Amino acid sequence: MNNAFGVPQSMVVLGGTSEIASTIVRRLAQEGCRTVVLAGRDAIALATAAAATIEAGATLAPTVTFDARAAGGAAACVDECFASAGPDVDLVLMAVGQLGEQMADEGDPDRTAEMVTVNFTWPATALTAAAARLRRQGHGRVLVLSSVAGVRVRRSNYTYGSAKAGLDAFALGLAESLRDSGVVVQVIRPGFVTTKMTKGRDPAPFATGPDDVASAVVAALGGGRLVVWVPSTVRWVFLALVHLPRVLWRRVPG
Amino acid sequence: MKATAPGVSGGDIVGLRPEPALETNNHRSEEPTPAEARLLRGWGRTAPTTAHVVAPRGPDEVAALLGVFDARGQGAGPDGHTGRGGVIPRGLGRSYGDAAQCAGGTVVSTEHLDRIGAIGSGGSVVVGAGVDLHRLICEVLPSGWFIPVSPGTRQVTVGGAIAADVHGKNHHRDGSFCQHVTSVTLATPTGVHRVGPHDDPTLFWATAGGLGLTGIVTEAIVQLLAVDTSWMVVDTERFDDLDGVMARMDQSDMSYRYSVAWLDCAARTSRRGRAVLTRGDHAPRAALPRGTEPVRLPRRPVLRVPVPAPRGLLNATTIAWFNELWFRRSPRNQSGELSTIESYFYPLDFIADWNLLYGPLGFVQYQFVVGDAEALRATVDTIGASGVPSFLAVLKRFGAGNPGPLSFPMEGWTLALDFPIGPPGLPGLLRRLDDVVMEAGGRVYLAKDSRLSPDALHAMYPRLDELDSARRRVDPEGVLRSDLSRRLQFAGGVR
Repeated sequence: MNNAFGVPQSMVVLGGTSEIASTIVRRLAQEGCRTVVLAGRDAIALATAAAATIEAGATLAPTVTFDARAAGGAAACVDECFASAGPDVDLVLMAVGQLGEQMADEGDPDRTAEMVTVNFTWPATALTAAAARLRRQGHGRVLVLSSVAGVRVRRSNYTYGSAKAGLDAFALGLAESLRDSGVVVQVIRPGFVTTKMTKGRDPAPFATGPDDVASAVVAALGGGRLVVWVPSTVRWVFLALVHLPRVLWRRVPG
Repeated sequence: MKATAPGVSGGDIVGLRPEPALETNNHRSEEPTPAEARLLRGWGRTAPTTAHVVAPRGPDEVAALLGVFDARGQGAGPDGHTGRGGVIPRGLGRSYGDAAQCAGGTVVSTEHLDRIGAIGSGGSVVVGAGVDLHRLICEVLPSGWFIPVSPGTRQVTVGGAIAADVHGKNHHRDGSFCQHVTSVTLATPTGVHRVGPHDDPTLFWATAGGLGLTGIVTEAIVQLLAVDTSWMVVDTERFDDLDGVMARMDQSDMSYRYSVAWLDCAARTSRRGRAVLTRGDHAPRAALPRGTEPVRLPRRPVLRVPVPAPRGLLNATTIAWFNELWFRRSPRNQSGELSTIESYFYPLDFIADWNLLYGPLGFVQYQFVVGDAEALRATVDTIGASGVPSFLAVLKRFGAGNPGPLSFPMEGWTLALDFPIGPPGLPGLLRRLDDVVMEAGGRVYLAKDSRLSPDALHAMYPRLDELDSARRRVDPEGVLRSDLSRRLQFAGGVR
């Protein structure tokens, strides 16, 4: 069960090898989360993440493998995760995503399809399956890792950005559908985060690290704010950026 | 003229509503009581969850409902839901955390168990579990009786008072609520049991403070306290530091029936622990000035908080102002002041839904008891040094505890604190306080808890296995569960 500060006792992480997810998991294990189900693509990386989770204080860290390129498997993956977690799942963290290579992706319909599946179709399918279970359970929290890339899509990463925009909008709708059900949905919108996923790219202004995201997430659990911007200032930056004329928007660095 | 459509809520339709059928013996309803999925939260408003809420129309219906759930998953309750998600009773929802919630399961509202029997010559009375203390007081006070133990609010039910084994300002002399209960009718998945301190004491004491985890109390016999008037004679004293007030309580608490101190833990070091001590007794008729009516019934709240206050209304600054104001308006030393029952026992009942003042995020109440004064000083220093703002704290010296394995009071000092949710240092501060309390062999009050860890619980309440063996006898399948027992992993919540 979640405590008064929203700290879970058991959680399922979809995209369990993501660096941001791992940092969040480590923090929550320190705060008292005991069961962490880690689901991801790479079994070896998952085993490493599970070991780190136990190290941080969890007592159980089972792993589940899946391939986000096949959305048909999403519901089964969620079932397996819930079965390994035990009677209750207090928190579902959706951290599945892939940044892609814009130049290569946009010339290749198959790669575009894969980007959309991994960043939108698979997560939306899995969220639907998880939400149904949480609703029946009468409580729980869903955290969806979105991105400011979806707030206003840029030329330099529009495939990724548009898929994230879809997921972000989906999560907002899901939150609305779960009002008064005891299930809370929160959308996390980090700015540029320096991780292995963004390695080699020039950090954009307001860049943060996984630790900043994790701190913001842990703080937000006690609150229940629907959208959590990291750092909180990017909220105001984007409030302005979405209204910027296109001529200027093109020139914004990052 | 305004027409009132049926179903419109408000005072005008009360007369139209059919009387709840209390006499279930001669009234067998055709349809089962409907269950309704509802989002439930504790008084601290922190971790709401959804459950099927059923309001049985009498003790028989409660027993029948639990009987259905006996073989887990075999039976089906109203609307076809099974007992698989657990069952827990709920009164007025005044426990601060998740004690009266059961996510995905069934919550049994005691609202229709509202019978009050005739008062026996010795002052004992049969009361339904859903009767609230306000109603009970109004019912018995005109004949010269008062409730034996008063918690900080009248808005709790008798069932809740037993489930939390509530205590009051008279604990040092009279013990807690269950010590004035002579018999309890307990509906369980394996049948109805009538238990008392001399009749299956193991099950009775497991039920005292047992948070509903041994069964659902449908009725109880309560021993009332004889009083002359409805007035209180109160002595008030102000102290500039913690040591002063503690010494005074140690010395002379016993010469008063009621004693409690309000403490400022948030003030700067020099003034930390300043306190206002109020002690009182029921006023004899002779103490009343001429012309004062000897019995004046308490009234329902006059003010209401309509919506949650804005975030951060209660912050370090406003709390410090409030504490300062409260300290200054208290007399340095005043004795023999006449006070009403509501202003002496239930100052907060003046405002309905005062919990909404803490804003949309809610608040945590932390109450603990420790045996020795040194440990209490350590907690007050820890709180003061943390910089986390806390509202006026309530300090009380407890007398000896009772045999209940989950009953909270024990000989020593208890301190209750309110903390608005928000300050990032709060979870860590409470964990440090847990450590101090555990180290001193003390414990926290579960009816107010919303954030303890299972490990800390098992250290603080070493007799959980006694509760569990009594519970297993009447609920072998572990049907009785709450969000709290699941979170803290004990009784039907498993460990």
